[in-house]
Amino acid sequence: MSSLVVHAVALDELPVLEPRAWRNWVKGELLQGGRPVMLWGRRGDAGVEVSIALQRADRGLDVLRTTVDPAHGYFALTEVALALHGCERELHETLGVRLTGHPWLKPLRHHGQTQAEMAAYPYYRLDGKCVHEVAVGPIHAGVIEPGSFRFQCNGELVHHLEIQLGYQHRGVEALLDRGDPRRSVPLVETVAGDASVAHAWATCAALERLAGVALAPEVELARATLLELERVAMHLAGLAGLATDVGFVPGASTYGRLRTTAINTTMRLCGSRFGRGALHPGGVAITPDAPAVAAAVALLTAHGATADACFFGSRVVQHRLQGVGALTTAQALQLGLVGPAARACGVELDQREGAGGAYAARPIAVVTEPSGDCWARARMRGRELAASLAWLADAAPALTAVPARQPIGALAPSHLVLALAESWRGEVVHALETDAAGRVVRHKVQDPSLRNWLGLALGMRDNDISDFPICNKSYDLSYCGNDL
Amino acid sequence: MWKLLQLRREQGRQAIADLRTARPEGFRGLPVIATTPCADGCRACVDVCPTAAITAPPVRLDLGRCTLCGACAPACPAGKLAFTPEVAMAASRRDDLVVAEGPPRVPEVDIGAALRRRFGRSLKLRQVSAGGCNGCELELNALANVNFDIGRHGIEWVASPRHADALVVSGPITRTMADAVQLAWDAMAEPRFVIAVGACAISGGLYDGAPGVDRGFFDRQPPLIYVPGCPPHPLTIARALLAALNS
Repeated sequence: MSSLVVHAVALDELPVLEPRAWRNWVKGELLQGGRPVMLWGRRGDAGVEVSIALQRADRGLDVLRTTVDPAHGYFALTEVALALHGCERELHETLGVRLTGHPWLKPLRHHGQTQAEMAAYPYYRLDGKCVHEVAVGPIHAGVIEPGSFRFQCNGELVHHLEIQLGYQHRGVEALLDRGDPRRSVPLVETVAGDASVAHAWATCAALERLAGVALAPEVELARATLLELERVAMHLAGLAGLATDVGFVPGASTYGRLRTTAINTTMRLCGSRFGRGALHPGGVAITPDAPAVAAAVALLTAHGATADACFFGSRVVQHRLQGVGALTTAQALQLGLVGPAARACGVELDQREGAGGAYAARPIAVVTEPSGDCWARARMRGRELAASLAWLADAAPALTAVPARQPIGALAPSHLVLALAESWRGEVVHALETDAAGRVVRHKVQDPSLRNWLGLALGMRDNDISDFPICNKSYDLSYCGNDL
Repeated sequence: MWKLLQLRREQGRQAIADLRTARPEGFRGLPVIATTPCADGCRACVDVCPTAAITAPPVRLDLGRCTLCGACAPACPAGKLAFTPEVAMAASRRDDLVVAEGPPRVPEVDIGAALRRRFGRSLKLRQVSAGGCNGCELELNALANVNFDIGRHGIEWVASPRHADALVVSGPITRTMADAVQLAWDAMAEPRFVIAVGACAISGGLYDGAPGVDRGFFDRQPPLIYVPGCPPHPLTIARALLAALNS
């Protein structure tokens, strides 16, 4: 059994409704608490095929499809579920589907010909005697990806922040849709290069389900080990960044060097500090070294605890993080936040909870924090990495040699598969669709960043502009994962 | 207070003693290609490569395209391809990145005597990510952490292109960043040069020919240092910079 949430359906069994009935059904499900996972489109013969995936409380998925005439479109679902605003903006931008009633139909990534018009982005503007604008980006002052931020301020106080992305748009999905089996995993490893393992695993799990391949428990364990090491490394990187941004130097240097230990452990297992090239459909290429993993985990646990005691125990750190950039649980649910950003607002949402495979054999503790501020997001990262280290300490002795490359064989024709993996940043969603010949003709990817950027923007309201770096770092979102 | 002292004691000395000789354990680095003859018509390594980095026969591997994914080594029935833990892979001439059959050969980095004299003791870098996936960016950031501590060699990141001697570009250069990269370069004072970091920047890598990519900047400003990898190991970047400065 897969360690991820995987849902497969034959296309002739996929419920397809006419647009009005489809929208009514989706609206009903959303109002009854169905969680929107992803909405996406594909150009078909009779129009644009629009699909939506909703998750039930038992983690099961429902997928429903409609075919719309792009010129006619449909009445935007964002009106019912704000969480879908990014998906619908993308649908409008890439496939030209008309969406009536969408409150915010702005370009998501300046797709296609409008890419030259980055400077003409229609920002919201606040007018008033004492109001001023602050524009930042696309190039920032550090070694970091590009994006544009526009603050509407009154003095130091931020009334509104608008985030314009799209500078990282390379055309990942256009390449993925070509369905070249050699390139799909290497490409998804660079969707958000700091979450390579999570994206690669989701793609592999989807392809394996299409091929009807079940993996040995050792393979699932090895993959989960790499995924948890990725989580540990990036949570340490995030804490190092936060410590830098609040001027807590001992935290910055210790979390930073502990991250080196974590990614060097990944390198020892698979040759790359980011787990690149380790996962492929049907297997995982690792050199199991249980003692090395156990030693690294013991060091990270012991030294990490000292760093946590100093960092979270510091009055300065508490003062800088507590109450800053806060969102309520209701806001998090309304925005459809995912991953640690949601859990920091008390939302219990983690695709590893109750999952099969490696997580059934060794359940991982899911943590939440109630306060929704930068402090909660920092605490989440500290507590989650401790939980992952505890899991790794238990799992490491069981790491054994695994068969490296197993061809997976032909893919089931005319099928749709969704796979959800819980990356350190939240759930990554991959949807793969095959044609009648069993070729992948659509490979849709959703990085958690797409769902969470608006949380950062709204959390900045009524905060000091000088707190933006802390808020931004506390979310640690991906620009390229959004821009695809 | 006691906790902070304990933290300091546990931290100890973390800096890698010599960046020029350090070898990362388990790293899949510089490939070597044996001279064993290929089977007739065999193209197994060419067919399995995701970035068309390999041509055959004779087998040649372009490090400027290679993502070091390792797929080719087990695919070769003659076992011709292997990856060593060698980190020194950067070059100043694009052609030097092509690995041919035979014993391993470490490519050369040379930015010229004038630039070396000027920047030998102090080199300020401005980084621009233009479609980079945060892999290269994280490794470039790691250069300045307590382990790699590149600052001890007078190499530092600066926030403004006005203060920079070299522009470090990562990513294939997206169409939406093409203007911004050019603006950053135009803002830099002479003398200056370009460093391309990662397979995407050097050749487009996985994104060669992608719809959102515009690589015109590199045609106008060819890099003086190419640093291969996906992403490159910080030691690969450090070795390239130190070799360039001859320090």
